[in-house]
Amino acid sequence: MALQSNVPPGELGEKWTKYRSSMPLVAPNNKRRIEVIIVGTGLAGGAAAATLGELGYKVKVFTFHDSPRRAHSIAAQGGINAAKNYQNDGDSVYRLFYDTIKGGDYRSREANVHRLAEVSVNIIDQAVAQGVPFAREYGGLLANRSFGGVQVSRTFYARGQTGQQLLLGAYQSLSRQVSLGNVTMYNRHEMVDVVKIDGKARGIIARNLLTGELERHGAHAVVLGTGGYGNVFYLSTNAMNSNVSAAWRAVKKGAYMANPCFTQIHPTCIPVSGEYQSKLTLMSESLRNDGRVWVPKNQEDAKAIREGRKTGLDIPEADRDYYLERRYPAFGNLVPRDVASRAAKTACDEGLGVSPTGLAVYLDFADAIQRYGKSQATTLNETNASAARIRELGTAVVAEKYGNLFEMYEKITGENPYVMPMKIYPAVHYTMGGLWVDYNLQTNVPGLFAAGEANFSDHGANRLGASALMQGLADGYFVLPYTIGTFLANEIRTPMIDPNGKEFMEAEKAVADRITRVMGVQGNQSVESFHRRLGKYMWDYCGMARNADGLAKGRELIRELREEFYRDVFVPGTADEYNPELEKALRVADFLELGELMMVDALDRNESCGGHFREEYQTPEGEALRRDDEYTYVSAWEWDDNQPILHKENLEFENVELKTRSYK
Amino acid sequence: MSADNMKLTLKIWRQKNANAKGHFDTHTLDGVTSHMSFLEMLDVLNEQIIQEKKEPVAFEHDCREGICGTCSLVINGYPHGPQQGTTTCQLHMRHFKDGDTITIEPWRSAAFPIVKDLVVNRDSFDRIIQAGGYISVNTGQAQDGNAIPIEKDVANEAMDAATCIGCGACVAACPNASAMLFTSAKVSHLAHMPQGEVEASQRAIRMVEQHDAEGFGRCSNITACEAECPKEISVEHIARLNREYLSASVGSDK
Repeated sequence: MALQSNVPPGELGEKWTKYRSSMPLVAPNNKRRIEVIIVGTGLAGGAAAATLGELGYKVKVFTFHDSPRRAHSIAAQGGINAAKNYQNDGDSVYRLFYDTIKGGDYRSREANVHRLAEVSVNIIDQAVAQGVPFAREYGGLLANRSFGGVQVSRTFYARGQTGQQLLLGAYQSLSRQVSLGNVTMYNRHEMVDVVKIDGKARGIIARNLLTGELERHGAHAVVLGTGGYGNVFYLSTNAMNSNVSAAWRAVKKGAYMANPCFTQIHPTCIPVSGEYQSKLTLMSESLRNDGRVWVPKNQEDAKAIREGRKTGLDIPEADRDYYLERRYPAFGNLVPRDVASRAAKTACDEGLGVSPTGLAVYLDFADAIQRYGKSQATTLNETNASAARIRELGTAVVAEKYGNLFEMYEKITGENPYVMPMKIYPAVHYTMGGLWVDYNLQTNVPGLFAAGEANFSDHGANRLGASALMQGLADGYFVLPYTIGTFLANEIRTPMIDPNGKEFMEAEKAVADRITRVMGVQGNQSVESFHRRLGKYMWDYCGMARNADGLAKGRELIRELREEFYRDVFVPGTADEYNPELEKALRVADFLELGELMMVDALDRNESCGGHFREEYQTPEGEALRRDDEYTYVSAWEWDDNQPILHKENLEFENVELKTRSYK
Repeated sequence: MSADNMKLTLKIWRQKNANAKGHFDTHTLDGVTSHMSFLEMLDVLNEQIIQEKKEPVAFEHDCREGICGTCSLVINGYPHGPQQGTTTCQLHMRHFKDGDTITIEPWRSAAFPIVKDLVVNRDSFDRIIQAGGYISVNTGQAQDGNAIPIEKDVANEAMDAATCIGCGACVAACPNASAMLFTSAKVSHLAHMPQGEVEASQRAIRMVEQHDAEGFGRCSNITACEAECPKEISVEHIARLNREYLSASVGSDK
């Protein structure tokens, strides 16, 4: 099937405005008779549910959490981008568009990204109107900070809890719609299948997680705002329950998975400390505004630190290598995430790592504390401030900016980062890949839409910091509520979908069989142990650096593991009760297929771009070597257990010239 | 720092479902290290239980970064454990020592019925927010974000309240099982913002009514909630709620 991106014609800057003004609408009297199911209550799903409810559609929302407020969007720390140009530093919609396309290493769709930049300004206005307590300057106006990969300050934030505050804004709007009766909320309900009738998505099968009961829910259209699949790596910064299953069930029903190998490894996470580790914790990228990344210049010092004979404080300035500042003077510590992560890996591969495992670099705030301390002393007219006083003043400034992050670091590691430089290492954080969608955010299955991290559309091969919140809310508040009308305008004569029809009964039966199969194995190994092994394969063969041999091997190992899973997994309890182990088993079963597809995708893409670094394709300086002549396309995969089928959407760049990314 | 090979005795509340009678089970666990988080320690315990082909302890958790509000647990009598300003998922085993006996229970409140073992149902919190914990603005109705300046200190105070993660520790800590700290945090957050001021009084009345209808107890200023709140939300917000509530009651025909 040829993939139609359905990008409207016209000048880039006018496409969205013109399209929005001319697209088919659903009249208010008809909206009341149209049902929409939304799965997921994060920024994308929650915002879409609230907005569709406001518009008058009958909305049903599902989350596996105990409350819609728990979605993983809540954990985003640093901020949200918007092309407001409040700082008068030369920002514009075009610049945000350009930075995002370039940051994504020219593997995203121009028109989608431009629309994202356009609506970014509306998001901030909307959030302020909802009462989101963004950080402010003394004059009472909104404050901004910088993030990686850009040279302007366009990031809005609420301490280190921006995701929390934006999600609560969406949650509150959603709650208002629930109270008005426009939205019905289903907490603790996990989508376990999509139901298709005559080729169109018409509902879902959901498992009530409290009782284990399978439920059939019909609707005119289904929206998945179910997030990313970073937990295929087992260890990631994702919440423990984040999973691919909703998207993967869609894939099993014919939806295409786009660019699954594009995963983001975030450079600043707290390093792994032991085998029992369950997840990794991110330290916000905003820390790179003020923190300086370094390793010792020589291996002896690094070894001494690893063995506990020295600490970072013992290494004199002359023996430190601030490698990001050295290699990328134009952007310094604020290079994009993929570049920063690979540089950390290179340093550790050279034996310069500073934790007992050898897998950590320093993120140091000593200079920032000095700089802010001196500035404060000047402000306060303390001309003769002692070194200790300057330190005290500087520490206070750093604490105000990053206090909660420093506190979290100390809780986890037991070390005080105001004194001892933080130790950080890259970890899986975000997935740029996701369900293939057209300009309307519709998958190749009519009536099935995907929003936020669950789709692939805006970040190419690498996402810039503070852009995930922007995309989730753009899709949910300002894009999908319009574009879904292009499908629903043709459905106004479709009666309410009967959840007792043949297709629903068959889908329910298939889910019940799948559950029986997993429960029935009664083997000897826990679900967790399979997940951990899968994660190790993914990290070793499809992680920060990949090569053809490793990917082929990784694929084989996953296929073997999948076979072993269905032979030897042990799921305790029963299917008709609250059973977290069963929930996990169904999710891991889906990860075991997705993981294979990621290997296949990474093997197909014989180039390096963004987060996808193939060792065979690099410049003499070790930078990513893109191959635009052959790979300027989106890989949209149709699942097949033997050999997934590749469909290509060629990316056309009419407005930006493809260049080798340089942050030097 | 504690030893790196601790042996612990765990007394854990087990309860099949909301209607079943609960009891304490005792487990011993070896090889606990100081770098583990409390929940990772429970992961290791569950792995051990699963190896014995028994049912693991059900406990809720998600982000493990102290922000989603999913994790709970009363540990040795303290909601979220003995460390101040810390959720259970951020509590680390370096705060315990070899040979310790640790008692682990669920939140206990009539408005938080037990689902299984250590898992409770907190839908009542959602309903309190639905009663008025929002600003009535539709998507697309907003003016420019900088149209109304807000004093930095006021925005900071609003943020102090808005930081609530909705975990329910305040209820678990309160002898009256009152959810006033949770309710007041939202009332106070929105009342601080000029955008939220318009509905402030009505919001307070409706949220308090829902709070009472859910079966949460009255606030009698014991302030145990503030002491146990993992986000250290101040009881001053309860005073703010009372102010809004009173002015609304006086001003309305109720």
